[in-house]
Amino acid sequence: MSFRTAPPAQLYTGDKQALFTAELRTAIENEIAKYPAERKQSAVMASLTLVQDANGGCLTIALMDQVAAYLDMPPIAVYEVASFYGMYDLEPVGRHKVCVCNSISCLLNGSDELLTHIEHKYGVAAGGTTSDGKVTFKEFECLGACKDAPVVLIDKTYHERLTPAALDQLIDELD
Amino acid sequence: MSDKITIEIDGRSCEAAAGEMIIAVADREGIPIPRFCYHPKLSVAANCRMCLVEAEQNGRPFPKPVPACATPVGTGLKVWTRSAKALDAQRSTMEFLLINHPLDCPICDQGGECELQDVAVGYGGDVSRYSEAKRVVVDEDLGALIATCMTRCIHCTRCVRFIAEIAGTRELGATGRSDHMRIGTFVATGIAHELSGNIIDLCPVGALTAKPSQFKARAWELTAHDSIAPHDAVGAKIQLHVRRGQVIRVHPRCDEAINENWLADRERFSYEGLTSVARLTHPRLKRDGVWHDVSWDVALQQVAAVFNTVPGDDLGVLLSPQSTLEELYLAQRLFRAHGCPNIDSRLRQQDFRGDAVDVVPWLGLPIADLEQQTAVLVIGSDLRQEQPLLAHRLRKAALHGATIALVNPYQVNLTHPNHQFVAAPQQLLTELAAIAAALGGRGAGEIANLIAQATPTDAHQTVANALKTAGESQHGRILLGALAAADPNYVAFKALAYLIAEVSGCGVGYLPPAANSVGVYFAGALPHVTAGNQPAATVGLNTAAMLSNPRRAYFLWGFEPDNDLIDPTAARKALNAAEFVVIGTAFTSPALEAVADVLLPIAAYAETAGTLVNAAGTWQRFQGAVAPPGEARPGWKVLRVLGNAFNCDGFNYQSAKDVHDELLTNCGECELTTAPQGEYSPLVTRPDPIELTRIGAVPIYAVDSLVRHADSLQQTPLAIPFQAGLHPDEARRRGLNTGDQVRIQQGDAVMTTTVVIDTTVAIGTIRIPAGIIDSEQLGAQIGAVSFSRV
Repeated sequence: MSFRTAPPAQLYTGDKQALFTAELRTAIENEIAKYPAERKQSAVMASLTLVQDANGGCLTIALMDQVAAYLDMPPIAVYEVASFYGMYDLEPVGRHKVCVCNSISCLLNGSDELLTHIEHKYGVAAGGTTSDGKVTFKEFECLGACKDAPVVLIDKTYHERLTPAALDQLIDELD
Repeated sequence: MSDKITIEIDGRSCEAAAGEMIIAVADREGIPIPRFCYHPKLSVAANCRMCLVEAEQNGRPFPKPVPACATPVGTGLKVWTRSAKALDAQRSTMEFLLINHPLDCPICDQGGECELQDVAVGYGGDVSRYSEAKRVVVDEDLGALIATCMTRCIHCTRCVRFIAEIAGTRELGATGRSDHMRIGTFVATGIAHELSGNIIDLCPVGALTAKPSQFKARAWELTAHDSIAPHDAVGAKIQLHVRRGQVIRVHPRCDEAINENWLADRERFSYEGLTSVARLTHPRLKRDGVWHDVSWDVALQQVAAVFNTVPGDDLGVLLSPQSTLEELYLAQRLFRAHGCPNIDSRLRQQDFRGDAVDVVPWLGLPIADLEQQTAVLVIGSDLRQEQPLLAHRLRKAALHGATIALVNPYQVNLTHPNHQFVAAPQQLLTELAAIAAALGGRGAGEIANLIAQATPTDAHQTVANALKTAGESQHGRILLGALAAADPNYVAFKALAYLIAEVSGCGVGYLPPAANSVGVYFAGALPHVTAGNQPAATVGLNTAAMLSNPRRAYFLWGFEPDNDLIDPTAARKALNAAEFVVIGTAFTSPALEAVADVLLPIAAYAETAGTLVNAAGTWQRFQGAVAPPGEARPGWKVLRVLGNAFNCDGFNYQSAKDVHDELLTNCGECELTTAPQGEYSPLVTRPDPIELTRIGAVPIYAVDSLVRHADSLQQTPLAIPFQAGLHPDEARRRGLNTGDQVRIQQGDAVMTTTVVIDTTVAIGTIRIPAGIIDSEQLGAQIGAVSFSRV
């Protein structure tokens, strides 16, 4: 959706140095530097990822508002991005995220078996977190690694050609 | 649009400008293409896919059907809107759109006037192949004006684009993805914008409907009556939708020269006031302090009998600038014939020293031309609150690069780039003098002193330069608003405005506050102006003089003195002291009953025929659409009968049109000019050193009785309560915090209220709204106050 007349920015008048931690601000500044100055809102996805990681894996409205302020964007524009992409979580999550790809190649190669297995073994459906708060399971749109389907993304690592037993072993190895 | 090309649509040869979208050409040619997301006033989204058409260019067919709203035309383009391929694509899109749309048309307010229904009948299949579960979406709470049923939403995003592009606030968005996508604010904040109601019109389905008229009528039960919006001087063209003698809702009519296809919420929802329990339905007479319902004959005979015993000079006549031209004309004719020259309709003005040189305070140019201005200096106006649609025109100019500067006693909320100079009223003159100095203006008298003392900063210089450049190309404007008009130094503001205009080459215009603020000059409802904008032979007393030198009897027409006069305390004092007070009004209230001796029930805007003159000087006639309640009668009829009771000649009009025609003959070739008939040589009033100046702007939904009685508007966040806004520095200096109670003293008037810390308020001022409940306990809108903590 493009806007004809809306000013691209909503300038934040508060003190940006009061937002986030100094470390996080530096990391976000590194992302902003990758784009032309007048397009700094292009750094919204990277910023959300950084902020989410720093917040234990999930975003809150308050954090999204801060990202909006930092990038001089209207808050709703940040909500749109954060609610669109699967890698952002707007609800509290477990210590680890296990994302099972559900798209066509993985589905044909048994990702639905993985999902059924998870539901029976760990007692949570996709989207849920185990009662000990260890793992949040997610059903994910195409992870883009079709040649080695089925694929599971555990935290930041891709694991390919998984069977239920191999997945169990990976989960057991998590702290 | 210089290089025209020719394209072919459905075998018809059409002229088009290169780069135009196919749908725009087809619309101009009258070739129907179905659409949901496309709107000529909004950006192209191309997300509904309903306008798919088959096309080829220079003999090469496009491989797939293309969206007509997002495909620019080029040479050798051929388009088929009704070919088998196009129809198939349209039918498939329609089927997709209906997958998740509930079939609740029988209980949907949009039913019968729904674009989705119409297009489904015209382009859809007749059987649904979809048998799975439909999605359900939780409704949004968008406030008191807009009802939502988000399950019906088809994600055209017109509302999102309107709020972002026209309103300029970017409050709505499309969150989530795929079938989880939903339109809303995400954080349930509601929408607080004066044009928000337009998204009801834009919504092609029943997802957004009008809350005040929800479930009140079906579209096919309504009869439409053309009318003119009555609350501001734009005079937006509207359509009243009436069922069984009751206005159910109000829609805009498109007129590019006036309101485009938009309408402010104030005009859209004020009709609710028509059915308020506060409506006056019988002529009423106070005998020995007790009110009696009486017949019209008794009431009018009593008025004539008493007024006949009072010399004309001892009478005061105050007329609402919202009244129709016919009412204003008849009232002034009647009282001038009776020997009373004390007639005024400038109810929110306290400085009348400029009367002798004033011109008609009109916009100075056609409304649509505001968009072409390249620099505009607005003096004393809370733009969006006072003039929602003119503010929209100025926003368009600003987005095209115009410099918009404002000089105001508080920072106003705008959604476009702007320069604001905020200061207490006395210093506002200094700010203007600085701009004048930056332009090399010298002025005379006190103005020359102000300019000599001014030190222009870079900001003043920037604005001055923009005005100078704009003035050279005849695209610069200085506009005076309601906050300037309410100032005790209005003349000084005018003098500086004309001086800046002279040295920059810009034109001067006014933002007339009420629907007929320009019309009162044609009607002659002023102490120094008679019908046809002619100078009066005898100059009578103006509003301020009539109230400070109490008259023996008053005739008030179409307003509530407690809420609509600039100084309600002075008004109450004068009216209480008078022997006889007659009030013609559509609404009654305990405050009216306390001061009046006779109350005459008159029709409100949808109930009478009449004429309004808008800011650009356009006369717009309209007819009544519903009958007034009870014994209430159109104002012109009441005045006609009163004229006969006074034995005035020539009060035998058969219709409002007779009155209109007579006035039109009187006006002849009345040309509106912008140059004053002389020099304003103001003595700037400098009151004793004052603690604080009260700034009493009238909130958007308090401008007149009708709006004040429209319940839904009063529930919106724009209807602000009676409170005292203080700058943080002022508050700190006095040790005050938000929530503290303070006693405000203005002259003899005293009132207690709550402090609100507000960074937009200028230092040296306290912002206390006027025109709302409790504000009647205070004095003039702009004036000195002192206060103490309770």
